[in-house]
Amino acid sequence: MIDRTEIEKGVPQEKLPEKTLLPHEAKIKKRRALVKGIIYTLLILMAIVCFIPFLMMLVNATRSNDAILTGFTLIPGSSLLENYRTMMEYVNIWNGFKNSLIISVLVTVLTGYFSALTAYGFAFYEFKGKNFLFVFMLVMMMVPGQLGLIGFYELSKTLGILDTFIPLIVPAIASPFVVFFLRQYIKTTLHPSLIEAARIDGASEWRIFHTVAIPIMMPAVATMSIFTFIGSWNNYIMPLVILFSPEKYTLPVLMGFLKGSQVAQNLGSMYLGIAISVVPIMIAFLFLSKYIINSISAGAVKE
Amino acid sequence: MKNLNRYGYLFIAPFWIIFLVFNIYPVALTFYYSFTNYSGSGVAEVVGLANYQRLITDTFFVEAFFNTWKIWGINFALQIAIALVLAAIFSDMRVKMKGLAFFRSIFYLPNLITVSSVALLFGILLDWQHGSLNMVLMNLGLISEPINWLNQPATAQLSVSLILTWMWFGHSFIVVMAGVSGISNDYYEAALIDGANRAQTFFKITLPLLKPILLYIMITSLIGGLQLFDLPMLLTDGIGSPDGSLNTMVLYLYNQAFKYNNYGYAAAVAYGLFIITIIFSAIVFKSMYRNERKQARQV
Repeated sequence: MIDRTEIEKGVPQEKLPEKTLLPHEAKIKKRRALVKGIIYTLLILMAIVCFIPFLMMLVNATRSNDAILTGFTLIPGSSLLENYRTMMEYVNIWNGFKNSLIISVLVTVLTGYFSALTAYGFAFYEFKGKNFLFVFMLVMMMVPGQLGLIGFYELSKTLGILDTFIPLIVPAIASPFVVFFLRQYIKTTLHPSLIEAARIDGASEWRIFHTVAIPIMMPAVATMSIFTFIGSWNNYIMPLVILFSPEKYTLPVLMGFLKGSQVAQNLGSMYLGIAISVVPIMIAFLFLSKYIINSISAGAVKE
Repeated sequence: MKNLNRYGYLFIAPFWIIFLVFNIYPVALTFYYSFTNYSGSGVAEVVGLANYQRLITDTFFVEAFFNTWKIWGINFALQIAIALVLAAIFSDMRVKMKGLAFFRSIFYLPNLITVSSVALLFGILLDWQHGSLNMVLMNLGLISEPINWLNQPATAQLSVSLILTWMWFGHSFIVVMAGVSGISNDYYEAALIDGANRAQTFFKITLPLLKPILLYIMITSLIGGLQLFDLPMLLTDGIGSPDGSLNTMVLYLYNQAFKYNNYGYAAAVAYGLFIITIIFSAIVFKSMYRNERKQARQV
């Protein structure tokens, strides 16, 4: 994009002496160390600002309502159990946890398996209308989820699956973006001659898919699965529209429910409820952070 | 060999059956409803373009449109500025900062947390009298009396913008860093040898080469921002208080459909939002592309 001549043109030459002033190098080094120190301090300050809402949440989760009302301190209180009991009296947060887990796991598995299947079908077979279907899928990928929200609700009503997990799980079978990503991936990693060899050995098409294609696609499926899981776990508007019974609520919907319930009277319990919804994700991130960040980087550069 | 190709249809069939039923059909059905006065039950009467006529004169929708833009715009400017400064610091060859992995993780963390939990958390942290934030700010002597963050339009919108910035600058930073690491070191070495200072290196090398990545961030952020829902829904009363300042387009859509049973009109709101998204994505794309061409001509 940029050629060398432009760089040379844009750089004034009079700055060069700084590099040749050898006696002053020690001084420059010292100044650089100082600058570095200041930058590190600012970065750590920023990290603290980033983390402080979570810290406040964790500390307040252990303090009683009265203590929270009188002021803020970083010293944990001793009302953790009491807060927990008050919260559980009105809202069973573990139930929401269980619902979210069931839905997110099933969504992740369905998305992974069927996207791999579809990607394989698009990548290694020739059939009429293939290109049209693929382009059509790409176009539909651009459509935001909210566009069909009302139709989706009406459809679920007609099918009698409102207030069940079905409308939250089954649509995961069709995930255009994951199909697109996996197709690009398998096109470059699986050579058709490998499939031919398996065919000559007498393997059926299903077997080839399950024993040859799936293992090769696994790294890409894993990458996509992280985002599928997070997306499903954090989804708010869909379960909010579909589910009515509190015992079926997912964690995000339960959070909204918490706000409007009696628990909101007790701030300590509120903080604890939020903390319970947040901490597992934080722990998971502790182990997966490198992997997640690399996936984001890779995804961005490829597009 | 040829008959094996029918497996292609078989393999993609589950996807297409589910896609048609749960994706295409709802989108088409919503489109149909946008021309009716459907109210969630009974008969949907076709009313032609009435819903769309109402949409362009609806002050609440127009207000929601500008609110969404204001909230997204402040957030995006801050988020991208922070991400670029951080990227400039960590890619500087002379300073050679360490701890990139650590800071990246910490800065990214808020992005992973469920938005509804974030909304609830800030809802009580920002509380006027009992919120911990006001207490801390007062203890530090930064403010003399509690700020009623979520009860005044300006501070409420600013709060949402800042929460969004807090949630997303780490993500933008990771993406910008990925772009920076894709730039060949030769450029930076050459600049170093030629004695270019930091600002020159950043503005003449890093920024121009990052353009495709910045475009990617801007478009994904814009599409996400126009769909802003969870935060305004759960921070205040769910209908855009205070004074309609947190009324965003998707919040308006949700309330029209599921609170007031105006399904037909809500469907029109959905399509209005869709058209707006397409138009602005196209504008962003085009302006970036045109700038590139202009620069190419200058060189």
